[in-house]
Amino acid sequence: MENLDQLVQDGLAAVESADSLQALDQIRVEYLGKKGVITQQAKTLGKLSAEERPAAGQKINEAKGQVEEAINARRTDLERAAIEQKLASESIDVTLPGRGQELGGLHPVTRTLQRIEQFFSRAGYTVEQGPEIEDDYHNFEALNIPGHHPARAMHDTFYFNPGTLLRTHTSPVQIRTMEDGKPPFRMICPGRVYRCDSDMTHTPMFHQVEGLLVEKNVSFADLKSTVEEFLRVFFERDLEVRFRPSYFPFTEPSAEVDIEWGREEDGSIKWLEVMGCGMVHPKVFEHCGIDAEEYRGFAFGLGVERLAMLRYGVNDLRMFFENDLRFLRQFR
Amino acid sequence: MKFSEQWLREWVNPANDTQALMDQITMAGLEVDGFEPVAGKFSGIVVGEVVSVAPHPDADKLRVCQVSDGKQTVQVVCGAPNVRDGLKVPFAVVGAVLPGDFRIKKAKLRGQSSEGMLCSEAELGLSESHDGLMELPGDAPVGQELGEFLKLNDVAIDVDLTPNRSDCLSIKGIAREVGALNSLVFEGPEIGPVEAAHSEVPEIIVKAPKGCPRYLGRILRNVDLTVESPLWMQEKLRRSGIRSIDAAVDVTNYVMLELGQPLHAFDRYEIDGGIVVRMANPGEKLVLLDGQEVELTGDTLVIADHAKPIAIAGVMGGEHSGVSEKTRDLILEAAYFDPITLAGKARHYGLHTDASHRFERGVDYELARDAMERATALLMSIVGGEPGAIVEVVSKQHLPEDRTVDLREKRVADVLGLEINRTTLEEILTRLGLHIDKLLKDGWRVHVPSFRPDISIEEDLIEEIGRIYGYNNLPVTEPTGALGLRAQEEAIRPVSAIQNYFVACGYQEAITYSFVDPKVQGLIDPEREGIALANPISSDLSVMRTSLWSGLLKTVAYNQNRQQPRIRLFETGLRFVKEGDRIDQQPMLAGVVVGNQLPENWANGRRNADFFDVKGELESLFRLLGIEVRFLPGQHPALHPGQTAELMRAGEHVGWLGTLHPQVQKKLELNGTILMFELFLNSIVSGYVPNFKDISKFPEVRRDLAIIIGSDVGFADVERVAKKHAGGYLTALRAFDVYEGESLGEGNRSLALSLFWQHPERTLNEEEVHSLFNGVIEALREELGATLRS
Repeated sequence: MENLDQLVQDGLAAVESADSLQALDQIRVEYLGKKGVITQQAKTLGKLSAEERPAAGQKINEAKGQVEEAINARRTDLERAAIEQKLASESIDVTLPGRGQELGGLHPVTRTLQRIEQFFSRAGYTVEQGPEIEDDYHNFEALNIPGHHPARAMHDTFYFNPGTLLRTHTSPVQIRTMEDGKPPFRMICPGRVYRCDSDMTHTPMFHQVEGLLVEKNVSFADLKSTVEEFLRVFFERDLEVRFRPSYFPFTEPSAEVDIEWGREEDGSIKWLEVMGCGMVHPKVFEHCGIDAEEYRGFAFGLGVERLAMLRYGVNDLRMFFENDLRFLRQFR
Repeated sequence: MKFSEQWLREWVNPANDTQALMDQITMAGLEVDGFEPVAGKFSGIVVGEVVSVAPHPDADKLRVCQVSDGKQTVQVVCGAPNVRDGLKVPFAVVGAVLPGDFRIKKAKLRGQSSEGMLCSEAELGLSESHDGLMELPGDAPVGQELGEFLKLNDVAIDVDLTPNRSDCLSIKGIAREVGALNSLVFEGPEIGPVEAAHSEVPEIIVKAPKGCPRYLGRILRNVDLTVESPLWMQEKLRRSGIRSIDAAVDVTNYVMLELGQPLHAFDRYEIDGGIVVRMANPGEKLVLLDGQEVELTGDTLVIADHAKPIAIAGVMGGEHSGVSEKTRDLILEAAYFDPITLAGKARHYGLHTDASHRFERGVDYELARDAMERATALLMSIVGGEPGAIVEVVSKQHLPEDRTVDLREKRVADVLGLEINRTTLEEILTRLGLHIDKLLKDGWRVHVPSFRPDISIEEDLIEEIGRIYGYNNLPVTEPTGALGLRAQEEAIRPVSAIQNYFVACGYQEAITYSFVDPKVQGLIDPEREGIALANPISSDLSVMRTSLWSGLLKTVAYNQNRQQPRIRLFETGLRFVKEGDRIDQQPMLAGVVVGNQLPENWANGRRNADFFDVKGELESLFRLLGIEVRFLPGQHPALHPGQTAELMRAGEHVGWLGTLHPQVQKKLELNGTILMFELFLNSIVSGYVPNFKDISKFPEVRRDLAIIIGSDVGFADVERVAKKHAGGYLTALRAFDVYEGESLGEGNRSLALSLFWQHPERTLNEEEVHSLFNGVIEALREELGATLRS
């Protein structure tokens, strides 16, 4: 049995020095296979007495176990090394840019419009559209701006002929919606509007959102909260808002809305005009066949580019329509 | 309306400072647009007196003057032409500081010492006038600080009035507002009738009573118009932005600023016969005070004499009948002209005057007489003269109606959301000059004064109450209303989904003008005439777009000129098309693509975008929208004849995809291959609601084939024929290779196809598939002349 110990020592040394899975497998066959040198030791058991056999058998099994364990351990090592080597050869430069399309972007006006539409949709307002080539009636008359009205001079209207024009505001959409439906109404009308004016601070086309709420019981106090909340959610700031009496032919009372926009040198609030609003004029209801005794309404209007300029810090209105990619890409 | 704060405070003087006063009126609806001190910043300027003037020994244009500052007399060298003995002038003594931080020091001018400087108005920041020295009145106290003497501690306030507030186009009107805001009584100068000193009266015939319901005239004899108007009047005018002309014009302007009534003075001896107020005869000519000759239209109200028009009523007087230094007798005019008759007339003649501004908005129709009396008294105090009696021609029926408006207490609460105390409300109305005629069961009957043409309904009164009470003092409440849910059609995708899709595909959204250059549009849509604007802003923005391509291609040019070679743009918006008498305004979706399909980098390479890149993007869009669109060969004037697809959905034309025609591209000076598409939005947004079908458990079978076929046969035809013969269990058909080469023979190409079959309820057997596959090959051969590629 000294021979067995020697075999185990030899086997362990061979396992230790095996440098591949194939070599290791050969060693396994050589020592533990059917004809392996340790397996063959079992044949010597027949020469032993029945008393001696169990102890000798156990010794052989122990020897087998010892070598097998070493082989398994060595195999695990060799396999791990092989995987590591494979992984090492497969590594890539993850800092290189990715393949495929680059994201585009929405125009800042659309981005602003989508935000505004979301705020009001959540409060139950519908989004209404209307024609951009309008008739005089819907753009002016129905809004209580008759032909001789001085407010017409402020509108700088583009005409096709005396009765057909490019809408100067989105208010005619209110008229069309009220003509076609029945109160109550909660709606906003976003869209392009046109004024015959072009300089540093005017483009001949720009965007407005007009809002209208008509209910049996609505007041100027409700208008105030709606406008204040809108401005605060739009700018995501708890800013000061003030209402200044003003004049629009289609609302009475009318107000202009200023927001807090920085401070003057003396610490007082610097105000910036951002919107117009008011209670729907009874004449407008009359034109739409709505009883002004039964229903009241408020309306508000805002310039989208102006709000976008304030929100994103754009300092030149004309950039909105130059569509310079270096400008547009800043809003994606 | 620009006015002097000091002048206003003569009428009503609340205990607030300038800033607080401006804030207060702004918040009452009289928006302060700006303000400025009435003089530049200076110190050390006193009233000086020129004691003597002697020629400068060494300079023709300079004079050596002895000037008294009240304490001493010093020598000053002066070059002003109007310097003379006894003249009182603003005198900057040594040490004085003029506007612009200009310090006066002792100096020598051509060898003569000079201790101080005599000043012009411009040098003091009082006006632009450089016409010599500012002349102070003879009674100005020598030595007094100039600022104190001229009361220069004043601010000119510019108020941007809304068109409804014509009543505030005067000191009196603003004083009324300030009074109401501060619960103060306002008070102006006393105005009473001036007694006639002779019996001469002008003849006045009003032939157009609708346009001129009231006309007053008076003769003022023997005036001396060489006398200048007093400094205090000139100063008030200056601070209100009006230049002093002569006493007659100054007084009419002064009364207009003070009370709001425009007035006019005619030279009596330039008037032929009497005054006739009538509509102009078309083609009549009139030279106006500004020297411009106008040809009058028949809808213009004029003041005429027996021979000719002498003024455009309410706009501007004529040059011929205007007053001058030589005028001896005046005819003063004060009238009420109808705003509707005057609307737009000044503009028509390219004019905008202080008078037209007021008359168009509505002047107080009861003011003319007071204004006339006030002007007469002021004139007589300056230029003397003998007044005659006032002749007044009135057409009561054409004057605005005396109105009352009923105001209900509940309505005030309903509209403003505010329960307001009755006494407070009554006081607000009264302070504004709105008299309560009668108490009603549920409110008040309010008499509307003649100076408030803007008030005609209950809401107008409610606004007045809200305004004076303060909009910011009104409550804030959340609106309430029904909380019903609204339907939203699932099959219709919002435009925002399309916009977001293109953004994900690398497109940048553009917004271009709806009016375009007719020359560009003519290249893109030559067969259609764009709807032209009557008053375009410029010729390159003069017709409405019939396609969004015009604006997008202009944007491509703009960006290519700014070193942007890779451009992918889309836009949504209306196009405008004339259909007979009707104008169709159709929402469109359009895009342009030029440059690399993918941003250039190590992995993407730099392959230019081509037709099939964009087609693929549109196909995905249509899957997103749940619609089936076919791309058929087509022809469009803007597109390459061999690279144009007409897009059809269920037999309906829905748009175009193609490559910009090379000739159009050349004319537009664009670079690269430009792919473009344009779709009718309304035709593509409505898809379907998904409807589940069982998933087959049985295997799918694939067969590939390659055919050689004429290049003129479209894949669509191959697909159509193959599908017709592939039986009901064909699940997909794909072209996986297209090849053209010499080996195939001229005019041929090879198409490799995969066909997929699957049965919902069983496994398809080999014979079935084989027979269907052979049937397809046979049909392609017979119907399209295809041969199997070996």
